[in-house]
Amino acid sequence: MGATDQGVIGQSVRRKEDLRFLTGAGQFTDDVNALRQTCGYFLRSPHAHARIRRIDLSKAKAAPGVVAIFTGDDLTGVNGLPCGWLITGTDGKPMNEPPHPVLAQGKVRHVGDQVALVIAETLHEAKDAAELINVDYETLPAVVNCVDALKPGAPQIHEQAPGNKCYTWALGDKAAVDAAFAKAATVSKLDIINNRLIPNAIEPRAALASYNRADESYTLYVSNQNPHVERLLMTAFVLGLPESKVRVIAPDVGGGFGSKIYLYAEETALVWASKKVNRPIKWAADRSEAFLTDAHGRDHVTHVELAVDKDGKFLALRVHTTANMGAYLSTFATCIPTILYATLLAGQYTTPAIFCEVTASFTNTAPVDAYRGAGRPEATFVVERIVHQAAVDTGIAQDEIRRRNFIRTFPYATPVALTYDIGNYDATLDDAMKVADVAGFPARKADAAKRGMLRGLGYASYIEACGLAPSNVAGALGARAGLFEAGQVRVNPTGSVTVFTGSHSHGQGHETTFAQIVAGRLGIDIAHVEVVHGDTGRIPFGMGTYGSRSLSVGGTAIVKALDKVIAKGRKIAAHLLETAETDIEFKDGKFTVAGTDRSKAFAEVSLAAYVPHNYPLDKLEPGLDETAFYDPTNFTYPAGTHICEVEVDPETGVVKVVNFTASDDFGNIINPMIVAGQVHGGLTQGIGQALLENCVYDNDSGQLLTGSYMDYAMPRADDVPSFNVSTQVTPCTHNPLGAKGCGEAGAIGAPAAMMNAVHDALAPVGVKRIDMPASPHRVWQAIQSARA
Amino acid sequence: MYAFDLHKAASAANAAALLTQTGGKALAGGQSLVAAMKLRLAVPGALVDLSGVPEMKGIRKEGDTIVIGAMTRHAEVAASDVVKAAIPALAALADGIGDRQVRNMGTLGGALANNDPAADYPAAVLGLGATVNTNTRKIAADDFFKGMYETALADGELITSVSFPIPKKAAYVKFPQPASRFALVGVFVAQGPGGVRVAVTGAAPSVHRAAAIEQALAKSFTADAAKAVKIDAKHCNSDLHGSAVYRAHLVSVLASRAVTAAG
Repeated sequence: MGATDQGVIGQSVRRKEDLRFLTGAGQFTDDVNALRQTCGYFLRSPHAHARIRRIDLSKAKAAPGVVAIFTGDDLTGVNGLPCGWLITGTDGKPMNEPPHPVLAQGKVRHVGDQVALVIAETLHEAKDAAELINVDYETLPAVVNCVDALKPGAPQIHEQAPGNKCYTWALGDKAAVDAAFAKAATVSKLDIINNRLIPNAIEPRAALASYNRADESYTLYVSNQNPHVERLLMTAFVLGLPESKVRVIAPDVGGGFGSKIYLYAEETALVWASKKVNRPIKWAADRSEAFLTDAHGRDHVTHVELAVDKDGKFLALRVHTTANMGAYLSTFATCIPTILYATLLAGQYTTPAIFCEVTASFTNTAPVDAYRGAGRPEATFVVERIVHQAAVDTGIAQDEIRRRNFIRTFPYATPVALTYDIGNYDATLDDAMKVADVAGFPARKADAAKRGMLRGLGYASYIEACGLAPSNVAGALGARAGLFEAGQVRVNPTGSVTVFTGSHSHGQGHETTFAQIVAGRLGIDIAHVEVVHGDTGRIPFGMGTYGSRSLSVGGTAIVKALDKVIAKGRKIAAHLLETAETDIEFKDGKFTVAGTDRSKAFAEVSLAAYVPHNYPLDKLEPGLDETAFYDPTNFTYPAGTHICEVEVDPETGVVKVVNFTASDDFGNIINPMIVAGQVHGGLTQGIGQALLENCVYDNDSGQLLTGSYMDYAMPRADDVPSFNVSTQVTPCTHNPLGAKGCGEAGAIGAPAAMMNAVHDALAPVGVKRIDMPASPHRVWQAIQSARA
Repeated sequence: MYAFDLHKAASAANAAALLTQTGGKALAGGQSLVAAMKLRLAVPGALVDLSGVPEMKGIRKEGDTIVIGAMTRHAEVAASDVVKAAIPALAALADGIGDRQVRNMGTLGGALANNDPAADYPAAVLGLGATVNTNTRKIAADDFFKGMYETALADGELITSVSFPIPKKAAYVKFPQPASRFALVGVFVAQGPGGVRVAVTGAAPSVHRAAAIEQALAKSFTADAAKAVKIDAKHCNSDLHGSAVYRAHLVSVLASRAVTAAG
């Protein structure tokens, strides 16, 4: 599969973690219990926007089992939740950053906003007491749509954000774009809504906070994707505690998709309150709370224009986007529709001039933040929908217009701040077209027509920037944190290895993939490699798992630590074999004197390191335990082409995905089975967005209308076809694994491929625009309107 | 969920007495009631569990009728050779209710007594012209369903079984609401001793017969005849997943597909 290391690397090794998950032995946060544990329950706002006149706790505090009740007034000395990325607007001013209180202070700004924390002996007692809290609300008009929020006269959500504006930000050369449009042969235009999504990890968020009076320390178990970041944000920005006094453990985590990157109010309140009540407090969201309070995804409204010359070459791209931040700024909300979006608008193409302006607004909805793909699905959707439209407008075939504009020389500096190190976009397009049997499509379309069905084919040639990120680049763009990763390789005395990684695993299979890297490099049995993650008490440091960064950044940190282990091992072996270090070769788990059969096994060297009876103690420390921090020099650029084939029943509007092909270039692959699994999951989420999922708030009341699975349609196995997935390989040039990342690609390419297919299918009946999700009702209505 | 008392009934009479005595609610499969209780939306002080009532169980053929006990689980109806042989459309309908867990717990009687406007069973009962047998009387399907979550059942009255006349042919076609997979619209078409009957669920506040389609099919039992009928959207439901006009349109389309499926 491209990787050259011996044995286990490149093999579809079965996941080490699956036995415990499949047999119910996983330990999730809600499985952890502490002595004298209490239950926490949050009273939440039933209103989208209201002033809190008064909160009467008298009856509730007297209810059976109640330990304590806290409201925003009690949280003196506690800061609001921070936003981790500062965006500077086109006016040169920093974004508006209104407070994000841990518990509501004076006002609630979305349905589900947390008003009080009730702590009781049992959950039922906490819920019963919460029903006795009397909150006197003065309801205010609400606004939920990100464009409406910016209109004059819209309800004002924060004093600190006049007109509900967070920022207007731009990237690219506006003058060059305007000039290019002036000489275009064709201008294609589209209005696009990128629908709002609710993440729906299978394990709702949960936390267990404890305070230890003996050493004044806190322990927090939390369902989270990056415990060190959680600790850093909570201690440094909110609670003002030394990090050394807080241990954050993210044990087994049942999926995150971005929604568990962030520091949330609930666990922060629990940590603070655990000292006040001097007892551990457990809180686990129920599914309704998850719908209301997990950070949502997407929610963009965009106008895009593409200028094309007479030969079908793209001259310029102009994009204007309004993005919904929700009621408060979640941890990374501000960088999603800017840094992770506008920078991707070159796609796979040589478009010489690009300009993108983004306005972010506050609304009376749950905060919006990164969700699988985070800005890149939105960018891909804009680029690939307008490229599809340009092909329609110019009469050039969909594959041909893409080929005429592909980037073929690397490294390639885009007009939107990125430099692609390598790629081969023809290879993935060719491969996808072959696997999808594009040649046979006209016959399949004709056959469908005989059955009264409309068949369509859609392409998405996507690119993403993964492996976040060079810290200095991120810092220059406004990041308030570094984006490196740490890895520690501890060789135990008898040769087994414990790896400590800052890349948390919550479905990605790190415990297997990282073990393969270690086993492959050290030439030892994978069964002797244990991967530890998710605990600030055990891991040196970690920036966490998001942005498809774990292998390229976290994996590289492990490789760097392995290099140190092997280098030290050579020194030890040279001593044991009484030769010069330069004569020692390390291969197949053995240190060998070059050109001889004299060698020491890896385990003999590790034993010598810990039992240093015959050891160069004058030159070398005992032990074999090495740590590396790795900060990447560039982003990685996974790319590929997805081709979707749909069949639409015009009588009912039902869209069936009959065929889906993904040809991806993830660079070198460690475990093809895990990669295929990641792609399948991503594609299903992408198809979910395009076909089914839609978060809807009532425009007037601001109530969440899709607050349960009765109304929020998740993709099920029978909504998707059996996927055709394949890979092409151009190894990443700037990390030793040659890896690019694969976790988000499916969710990035699928929505555009699928919606292009739907538009292709419906073109013959005159339908011009269908927004996601392409629900039966919506498709049927569009067909009726087109026919009318 | 709030605390409640649980009573286990030994017979239908015992259950009726317990209901009167406690003012509680009957617990059949619990697939709607218990979910509502968990959300603290339903707050019964007592539940009377019907799972131990022998006369509410079992499936049997009695002449030209299939009799199914009220506490028969959906999965049992779906798997029943008796039902599959006599009214395959009914077995198929039961096999399409909810998910596997719901089918293993949910019951015929519970579904009918609840009369969810998007439930499947009411369409079969009305479409087949079945008779709902209670602890006190027999109620014709046409008289049983009264409106959204409303039935002819009196306080303390319990469904014991349902008698389904065996039709000449029948079929049920459901168009699932994409999220819940309840019927956005479901149409049950039957041709039998009582002529052609067409029952519609999901489209309106309650299951109802589509008279215009019945008349069209009585003249010509063909898919085209059903499809040609235009349903008035005035009485149809409208929500996130489908407008009244869309639902009205689907009634004709699904009726025509049911005619085709009925063979």
